[in-house]
Amino acid sequence: MTRVYVPRDAAALALGADAVVVALETEAAVRGLDLEIVRNGTRGMIWLEPLVEVETDAGRVAYGPVTAADVPGLLDAGLLECGTHPLAHGPTEEIPFLARQTRLTFARCGVTDPLSLEDYEAHGGLKGLRAAIAMTPADVVQAVTDSGLRGRGGAGFPTGIKWRTVLEAQADRKYIVCNADEGDSGTFADRMIMEGDPFVLIEGMIISGLAVEADKGFIYVRSEYPHAIEALESAIATATVRGILGPDVLGSGRAFDLEVRVGAGAYVCGEETSLLNSLEGKRGIVRSKPPLPAHEGLFGKPTVINNVISLASVPVILAEGPAAYQEYGVGRSRGTIPIQLAGNVRHGGLFEAAFGMTLGELVDDVCGGTASGRPVKAVQVGGPLGAYFPRALFDTPFDYEAFAAKDGLIGHAGVTLFDDTADMLKQARFAFEFCAVESCGKCTPCRIGSTRGVETIEKIRRGEDVAAQVELIEDLCETMKYGSLCALGGFTPYPVMSVLNHFRDEIAASPEEIPAR
Amino acid sequence: MADEQADSETARRATAIAEEHLHFEGPLLPILHAVQHELGCVPEDAIRAIAKVLNLGRAEVHGTMTFYPDYRSEPGGAHTLKLCRAEACQSMGADAVADAARAALGIDFHETTSDGALTLEPVYCLGLCACAPAAMLDHEVHGRVTAESVVALAEGASA
Ligand SMILES: Cc1cc2nc3c(=O)[nH]c(=O)nc-3n(C[C@H](O)[C@H](O)[C@H](O)COP(=O)(O)O)c2cc1C
Ligand code: SF4
Ligand code: FES
Repeated sequence: MTRVYVPRDAAALALGADAVVVALETEAAVRGLDLEIVRNGTRGMIWLEPLVEVETDAGRVAYGPVTAADVPGLLDAGLLECGTHPLAHGPTEEIPFLARQTRLTFARCGVTDPLSLEDYEAHGGLKGLRAAIAMTPADVVQAVTDSGLRGRGGAGFPTGIKWRTVLEAQADRKYIVCNADEGDSGTFADRMIMEGDPFVLIEGMIISGLAVEADKGFIYVRSEYPHAIEALESAIATATVRGILGPDVLGSGRAFDLEVRVGAGAYVCGEETSLLNSLEGKRGIVRSKPPLPAHEGLFGKPTVINNVISLASVPVILAEGPAAYQEYGVGRSRGTIPIQLAGNVRHGGLFEAAFGMTLGELVDDVCGGTASGRPVKAVQVGGPLGAYFPRALFDTPFDYEAFAAKDGLIGHAGVTLFDDTADMLKQARFAFEFCAVESCGKCTPCRIGSTRGVETIEKIRRGEDVAAQVELIEDLCETMKYGSLCALGGFTPYPVMSVLNHFRDEIAASPEEIPAR
Repeated sequence: MADEQADSETARRATAIAEEHLHFEGPLLPILHAVQHELGCVPEDAIRAIAKVLNLGRAEVHGTMTFYPDYRSEPGGAHTLKLCRAEACQSMGADAVADAARAALGIDFHETTSDGALTLEPVYCLGLCACAPAAMLDHEVHGRVTAESVVALAEGASA
């Protein structure tokens, strides 16, 4: 029997993975081949999807991108015996894109059958939870603090400090909430881990529950992710049957229950307090802080709310120790970050690496430039609220503080490439438009200002008194930045101002008309 | 008369769904999802029924329901085609794909074809940004779509 892997990840499905499976099954029946097809997660090399891997004596070897029509030819060429073929890439883990990564959080993603608990444990799963069970809650919190882990949802707040606040809060009930709303364009790390290794998120949430003495967790997943929802539901059911979730977590005498909740299409519900309102069954309006969710969160109870990747990074920290994690990275950005390479990209996908690589290394070496083969004009880092970086800033290292120093942000670590045909004024207009569409409506600068921004950019487009309009936009951005309750209104100025500052020659036929800032 | 009966049937089913979810913490969104899944939308009658079961005001349930883009008060088409409008897809020509789909279907976003076969919706990111532009037909995902492939997809669903 030969084991063949064909991913079940939504990106692989979007590129025809199911048809490849059907073709493999049909051909195997005709040829009398004994195949076991495993639906793994994706390795994250999306340009090679569907990536078919074959288990051989010399390890797993990769073929891709495979279409259903390629299957007979691949089998003729000896797919199951390491045969040579134009789609063959040799041993999967020697493919440079994968070989140069440091996979800690995504160690199992693409390797295992995501829904098999046996596979999970055979590849180091549950080691972190077992370690945490043997520790005091305060020691677990300390380990997370010592690892240097900062929130991967965007704000970069130290996870251990958040947990300590919740541990120290006195209440009859506490909650762990996982933010799986992943609304930022250019990001898919949360989706990929939920589909490719859902048990690691479950394990991370249970550890969080033990650490702060909470016995109930919710995963709030956006409705745009049906495959992730299905994988989580299935993994939770398995974990419950096996006594990993429920009244007596792995025989520890501690309880933890987990529920998946599905969002309803509002981007702003990724903001933590809006998300909590949504979970409570209310409109997703942003709450003023204080009180912090750590003090008064879900249903007024102390609540840990963390991004998927923050929580999914906890098991490896507990399993290998905080020092091992903390060793990676630069400055105050410790550990690894799963960078998502997206848009007009030649080699797009997920690249987990220690903090510190420069934007240029990522764009030129790792991605190999654009899919169109044209020069890279701009790179948007950090989703719709992130700045557009020109090539002149490609020496910026992946580090929270370094990006902030360049008037940008890492956010959820999405990197979206644009080639030289991109219309930057249009991108600035879209930033305002997106803010107008998604605003929760609580603050005037965000609700009204964004629409004013769209109108003003249209005037620039028509060449109506460009210098005055640019000044207006600068004022508007100042007002939004300081007069907004959350980062939707507060950070929309980042992409807008980055276009004005770095791509000024596109704003007007004669940029010298516009006074320098 | 026929209308009244239809309405009461809606209310009866919404009441049953709401009651099934009463043990949930924060049951309203799960109820709205379940009602829409079963009835295709959340009509006024269902809102009143849900409000009654949850002991909330009608306005409160209505306010929550209308805040979220996923919920609709009128039924949509038999199928829904979502086209991604966000930045990573823009960088790969999503605007042209959307224009082609609108022209071929003769409808704009948020509209349904006259035969009731297909509703066109914008979506801001499907997490398929490394194989952009992306689309989703009901729950079926598609990457690297082109004007031609997305029109074929839409026409296939309408057939
Ligand atoms: C408009 C808006 C959208 C956001 N969307 C998300 C999101 O989709 N996922 C996420 O984890 N954090 C999102 N955040 C950040 C959260 O508010 C919060 O910082 C995060 O969930 C905290 O978890 P972390 O510390 O693990 O990052 C968003 C913030 C804003 C203002
Ligand atoms: S900035 Fe915008 S989204 Fe954020 S609270 Fe204010 S109105 Fe709501
Ligand atoms: S931006 Fe279109 S799928 Fe993410």
